[in-house]
Amino acid sequence: MSEAFIELRHIGKQFLGLRALDDVSLTINKGEIHCLAGENGSGKSTLIKIISGVYQPTEGEIIIEGEKVENLSPIESVNRAIQVIYQDFSLFGNLTVAENLALNTELRAKTKIVSWGRVKKLAREALDRLGVDIDLDAEVESLPTSSKQLVAIARALMSDAKLIIMDEPTTALTGKEVETLFRIVRDIQSRGIAILFVSHKMREMLEISERLTVIRNGVKVAEGSTSDFDEAAVIRHMTGLDIEIEPFRKEKPGPDVMPRLDVQGLTLPGDYENINLQLYPGEIVGLSGLLGSGRTELALSLFGMLTPASGSVKVDGKAIALDSVQDAIAEGIAYVPEDRLSEGLFMTQSIKRNIIATSLDNLAKGGIIDIPRVDRVADETIASMQIATPSAEKMVGELSGGNAQRVVLGRWLLTDAKVLILNGPTVGVDVGSKAEIHRKIRELVEHHGLAVLMISDDVLEVAQNCSRVILMHRGRFVDELEGDAISEDVISEQLKSFT
Amino acid sequence: MKFSLDFRNMVNRDNNILQLIMMTVLIFIIMTALSPDKFLRYYNFESITYLFPELGLLSIAMMIAMLTGGIDLSVVGIANLSGILSGVMFHYLNRELGMEQGVPMVLLGVCLSLGVGLIAGTINGFLITKLNIIPILATLGTGQVFIGLCLVLTGGPAIVGFPDAWAFLGNGKLFGIAVPFLLFLLVAGGIAFLLTRTTLGVNLMLIGSNPRAAIFAGLKKSRMVLYSYMLSGVLASMAGIILSGRTNAAKSDYGTSYLLQAVLISVLGGTNPAGGKGTVAGVSIAVVALMLLSSGFQILRFSNHLIDFIWGAFLLLVIAINAWKNRAR
Amino acid sequence: MKLFKRSEFVIAAILLLAMVVIGLINPAFWQLDNIFSLLRSNVIIGIMALGVLIVMISGGIDVSFPAFAVAAMYLTVKGMIYFGYDGVIVPFIAATIMGMLFGCLNAFFVYKFRMIPLIVTLGTGSMVRGFLLGIVGTSMININKMPDALIDFAKTEVISMDKADGTHFGLTAMVLIYVGLAILVHLVLRYTMIGRSVFALGGDEEAAKRVGFDVRKTIFFIYCFAGMLAGFGGLLHSGMIWLANPRDFVGLELDVIAAVVLGGASIFGGRGSVLGTMLGVFMLVMVKNSLIIMKVETTWQRVVVGIVIVIATAMTAWRDRKRNA
Repeated sequence: MSEAFIELRHIGKQFLGLRALDDVSLTINKGEIHCLAGENGSGKSTLIKIISGVYQPTEGEIIIEGEKVENLSPIESVNRAIQVIYQDFSLFGNLTVAENLALNTELRAKTKIVSWGRVKKLAREALDRLGVDIDLDAEVESLPTSSKQLVAIARALMSDAKLIIMDEPTTALTGKEVETLFRIVRDIQSRGIAILFVSHKMREMLEISERLTVIRNGVKVAEGSTSDFDEAAVIRHMTGLDIEIEPFRKEKPGPDVMPRLDVQGLTLPGDYENINLQLYPGEIVGLSGLLGSGRTELALSLFGMLTPASGSVKVDGKAIALDSVQDAIAEGIAYVPEDRLSEGLFMTQSIKRNIIATSLDNLAKGGIIDIPRVDRVADETIASMQIATPSAEKMVGELSGGNAQRVVLGRWLLTDAKVLILNGPTVGVDVGSKAEIHRKIRELVEHHGLAVLMISDDVLEVAQNCSRVILMHRGRFVDELEGDAISEDVISEQLKSFT
Repeated sequence: MKFSLDFRNMVNRDNNILQLIMMTVLIFIIMTALSPDKFLRYYNFESITYLFPELGLLSIAMMIAMLTGGIDLSVVGIANLSGILSGVMFHYLNRELGMEQGVPMVLLGVCLSLGVGLIAGTINGFLITKLNIIPILATLGTGQVFIGLCLVLTGGPAIVGFPDAWAFLGNGKLFGIAVPFLLFLLVAGGIAFLLTRTTLGVNLMLIGSNPRAAIFAGLKKSRMVLYSYMLSGVLASMAGIILSGRTNAAKSDYGTSYLLQAVLISVLGGTNPAGGKGTVAGVSIAVVALMLLSSGFQILRFSNHLIDFIWGAFLLLVIAINAWKNRAR
Repeated sequence: MKLFKRSEFVIAAILLLAMVVIGLINPAFWQLDNIFSLLRSNVIIGIMALGVLIVMISGGIDVSFPAFAVAAMYLTVKGMIYFGYDGVIVPFIAATIMGMLFGCLNAFFVYKFRMIPLIVTLGTGSMVRGFLLGIVGTSMININKMPDALIDFAKTEVISMDKADGTHFGLTAMVLIYVGLAILVHLVLRYTMIGRSVFALGGDEEAAKRVGFDVRKTIFFIYCFAGMLAGFGGLLHSGMIWLANPRDFVGLELDVIAAVVLGGASIFGGRGSVLGTMLGVFMLVMVKNSLIIMKVETTWQRVVVGIVIVIATAMTAWRDRKRNA
């Protein structure tokens, strides 16, 4: 039996009466890869922040290497050899790789004067230890995401860490890069360093970890050796639901049916090449591909934000020019962006204003807004999208992720959308709402004859909700799955083969 | 009834307004207590109605730029340039062409002034939306250009001798009420309507709240931002008309201190400098509060400089309290 | 190859080009006395610009320094007259400390209340200036009353020459002080942890906290240092013009910010260099001063400065857009 590095015993945390964690115990052994699984909002990040000393638990105790630690502060946590690699890496884009690497060490040594020779030496050592080669004089901003992550890992390793916490480390990586990352993680482990791998991606967790802890709504619901779990079990624990979703299946219509969207030979050199795509009314078509496969660029082009170099686009048989977002909307193309917070919502504005944002001009005469009509339309949308709010005047920022996403979707009900492009429709949405949103999307497709293009990293989501799945790699469509050929495994295997 | 409901609604939605009103009342009470006989005189309030419209208009102009997360540091330059160009035109028409200094000439002057504001605002908007210069630097530069042009036109000294009808706009009386005050009410009402009831206003709020989301929602972001700077420019030129009318003179460095005051007043009035939030009512109350404050201290024989000091301290205090409150939440 | 990519190189190239053009229009530009007087005009704006540079690297902006400079200067000179003290070192220390205290005020509001630096410095600036004019006084202290030691000190020259017609000209030693301060700021920014923390703060405040920087210390350092430079520069200015005017420096903030931006510092924080700033200051001063040489009426000065700002910022915006693409 291996020895525990850190033990959290009966940890509870309250925020202004809200219970974020309740009686959570977690033990991480020396040199093990431990997975912490949970949905967004399950209390994962609170737990990480308690381990890293950012938050103080309201109940329970923390024992590090057999010693009880009171009032664990961020500095104390670092001194106890705990390092966190945040999702955004916490690197300084305006500084060089070398300086980013050396900063921690210099700060800990309470250095006053910077010796650039020493900075370079420290940085070189750090990269050597990881066995990677990155230009030390490059500004971090100019690096690709995978290199930034390596810099962040190298930085964490410099401090002779005994526990490294990785918060959603694979989010922005391609398949090949994930493999590289896993190799490095195992290499780190072989030096006796424990790793807490925080994720919501099932397959990755099962592949990399030895032990697994699942939390839900602030409570630990399962723990044990990873080999005792399978995907379904983890999902069941994470969601608390036995969600058996009837997969969305639909025959691709025959040649006599006019496609809602017909794309021919669309090309934007460097992003995508020779794209041919037909979306028929009532279809949900999945577009799967790794980050950087050109899928987002293609979607943005269809929405008029990027201008393709060549090719044609028809909506309901009518050739359209996509020079601006306004054009695309006028032709019936709708787009739900990837990042709800930064691209979708106006957080400081009311639900009403968020809903009417796109159809403002139609709700006004001569530039003057028809207020009664706006109120009516907003209330109708709230009702039909089942947005849980007491009033349309409530700030969108106060809504949960699921409700907020319904606001973004609901916006497009008002525009006579014919083609709906969804980029990551349920990112950051809890499982219950996820199912609701999927149901809503199916409803829209069936009742309004919409054609949907769904882009998602969530393979399960694509497999369950799409009647066709297109696989995209390096700017080209490489495969198309239909009907029963669609399964999570097939898509995952395909994606993995892309390098 | 309808009004009171609306009002309560407004106060509820934005307790900043309530706080401002309380603050104004408090200032009023304190000033009355300090010098009851002088402060409460009609003349005192009347003079405020002449003085505050120009600053009020500049503050609203500033607020409009701030709605989209920008700022307009050229407002005072635009105001002075409008006044000076009109003055130059009046002299030219009068002396060279022998045109009478009557109402038609003044109307021409008003058109010229507003035109200057519109063009100046368009230049700002163009630099910001088309050349992607950030607003603080773009308007810093154009502000220098506008004030520089004032200097070129006047050579330094003030232009004096405006037509009577022009002066009427700045210090006249209509139905016993100060004309600039009436103008202010009219314009402020119009802007309030524009910001809350028209597509332009809602567009600006949305763009200010999240410019990226605005693009994804299909808003015409560049055009709306351009409009907002044009509007800001026109308001600034109105302030210029009132300022030159009231003092019957126009000079390149008039109202220089207004620039900073306008920024502070619009923030004090509840405008979020990062964009997406701001009301005409808030800004107007903030101007009135500060005017009461300064007139009170003037009666107490504080020098203007000392009043500047008190303004600065007061504004920092209020904004600090707001920041404190928001953080506690 | 890297040299050509650096923004300092670009600024220097533009500067050289401008100098050649101005020299072609009027060869008198290259005369030593003109160059000397240009350098002299760099001193005060340059010292202030160093302070603004630090603030801007941290992601802030400072419009209060002219008020701080004038307050430190006027109070110091008044104090010297009151105590009948005629020296150099003590007054400069006093003015610098006063500037530092004013800077603390900025830091306090920026750190404690998380207020936007522009708003804070607008407020503190108008407060300090109002205090100075309202309480301390509004009258100028001219050469009759100015402490001689200050004037004599500021008269020191490194190079003294006589023209053919017998008139004297020289290069003021104050340029050395400016260069010395610039080197100091460069060394602090480049070779001390506190200097690096300014860059870190301007790059990503959240990350700076996580890595373990003491953000409070950094913010106080930034605004106090900027205040110190303003106080010092203010007093030096009065010695150089033989006059302590409490209404001085009005509008200086615009010129200085323009110069720092011209010098390649990013208004979003995280980027900027002392060398670039010095070049930016030189560019601004040169354009202003050379209008006379180029036989442009002085009233056009501000127009030209404004246009220079617009062009320079448009160019940086264009450059950054290409970088983002």
